[in-house]
Amino acid sequence: MARRHIMEFERPLVELESKLAELRRLDLTGDPQLLLEVSALAEEIERLRRETYEHLDPWARVQISRHPERPKTDDYVTALFTDVIEIHGDRAYGDDEAIFAGFGTYGTRKLVILGHRKGTDTKSNVRRNFGSPHPEGYRKAMRAMRLADKFGLPIVTFLDTAGAYPGIEAEERGQALAIAESLALLSGVRVPVVVFGIGEGGSGGALAIGFGDRLIMLENAYYSVISPEMCSNILYKDPGQAKTAAECLKMTADELVAIGIADEVVREPLGGAHRDPAPVFEAVGAALARALDELVSQEGHELVERRYARLREIGEYGS
Amino acid sequence: MSIADWFSARERRRYVRAGDVSVPADVADGVWVKCDGCGKTLYEGELVEQLRVCRHCGHHLAMTAPQRIESLADEGSFEETEKGLTPVDPLSFAAAKPYTESLASAREKSGLEEAVVTGRARIGGIPVMLAVMDFRFIGASMGSVVGEKIARLFEQATAARLPVIIVTASGGARMQEGMFSLMQMAKTAAAAKRHSDAGLAYVSVLTNPTYGGVTASFAVLADVLIAEPGAMIGFAGPRLVEQTIRQKLPKGFQTAEFMLEHGMVDEVVPRAELREHLVTLLGYLRARQDRAS
Repeated sequence: MARRHIMEFERPLVELESKLAELRRLDLTGDPQLLLEVSALAEEIERLRRETYEHLDPWARVQISRHPERPKTDDYVTALFTDVIEIHGDRAYGDDEAIFAGFGTYGTRKLVILGHRKGTDTKSNVRRNFGSPHPEGYRKAMRAMRLADKFGLPIVTFLDTAGAYPGIEAEERGQALAIAESLALLSGVRVPVVVFGIGEGGSGGALAIGFGDRLIMLENAYYSVISPEMCSNILYKDPGQAKTAAECLKMTADELVAIGIADEVVREPLGGAHRDPAPVFEAVGAALARALDELVSQEGHELVERRYARLREIGEYGS
Repeated sequence: MSIADWFSARERRRYVRAGDVSVPADVADGVWVKCDGCGKTLYEGELVEQLRVCRHCGHHLAMTAPQRIESLADEGSFEETEKGLTPVDPLSFAAAKPYTESLASAREKSGLEEAVVTGRARIGGIPVMLAVMDFRFIGASMGSVVGEKIARLFEQATAARLPVIIVTASGGARMQEGMFSLMQMAKTAAAAKRHSDAGLAYVSVLTNPTYGGVTASFAVLADVLIAEPGAMIGFAGPRLVEQTIRQKLPKGFQTAEFMLEHGMVDEVVPRAELREHLVTLLGYLRARQDRAS
């Protein structure tokens, strides 16, 4: 088995597993006592495995959402769509590879696809800025939104970013403006918008392409106003309390459904989507088809009004 | 300035009672404050007369929402709207300091119910919907109430066909309200868009500091963007940017003047000229309406 990326919360399990593997390499035939211990250890490991993966806390899910082998936007595009045509550039500055934008067909449905794009290795991650877009990325996404609106193509988006890039050039080129304009534009497109949270949903950088008529979250994806580390830093002046922050922020898929932000959760295999991506792709495809079936019959202006009404309902206050 | 001058200036001032917006406790007359710009000590009473602009260095100090409203609205014209909207603790957020405690101390400190005051007003006779954010209230962060008040402001302005003026200041989203807070960005941006689509004017005045989710939503969607001199404006805070890129930031990074140079705001207007400036600007933005009436 190839060495896989080990997440913090599964480290105790992995350590026991390697201990067991070592013991099993020894010749224990003459030592019944040790043999008993080995089988007890195996049982303990099985128990720990279930305990580790069946009841993941929010911080563990954040780690899964960032797992380097987790399926990414590109994987969904390849697995779900045919006749994919990618578009490039914002016609003003450049092409931001941290955003995927293009056309694709799901079954017989022609769509516009948007997504944050992380890399698969160091080289592609550098090109894609680890999935953190610059303003030109959002401006490319806006071009795609206008095309969708103009040609009546529903939009599907895949969220997977730690956040919009907080760099000097991003600020100089109007990161805030690009996000704000994207929000305004997306609120008014006269086509269905179906959003999938597939990994990280980092704040405004995710939201810029991250709301619509349906919000469907993968079980171990998160969507949050702030990263748990930054939240911890603000609250405790120490990023080390991220686990507590992750619990407070109610950022996991199930919590977001419970508080009425997300509509639906797509379940993942035990341990995360990277363990077995095929059924996840299939479930995402099925959820997309269901959402589109419900939405495509609505007139453009109806969709816009309902989308606005959805947004207007979000917020808790006394009066 | 002699004491007599000071009193006559006080009388000349357009003195508006900003609805029932209460006067904040920490800026009572008679307090000495230190200018954040030059460090010189200033008498609060006199400073307020000068719209909280330092007479030594011209630095624009923070204004409270009631002070700002008083400085912009015609006398007696401000009627506060949606005062009854009050924050709740939807996530029972209790890390470090419970959110309910932060709210209570913000209320106490500012005398306000939330980080934005909204209402109807007239500026130079022109009826407008006006919103002013107040940094003393949890860094004027945007939670459900701020988002809702801004959305209602745009909706009421759309219904009454009025221009919107928003004076912003904010550290960003109110993290204690989690995703409820983030979604206010989309809600306010959508409301601003509908107001704009109705052909109505929106001017925002970005004051120190305006950051994060407020900058990246309604604050920059105005027809004309005005910034106050020296105001820090951006998406990501300077410390985060510095940590991310691991370099020193260029001089003046994210100041109003920097934003102007990079084409991100239309103009930098000194506070003393702001009111007259808004009146002139609204004259242009209301030209079609004025012709029709």
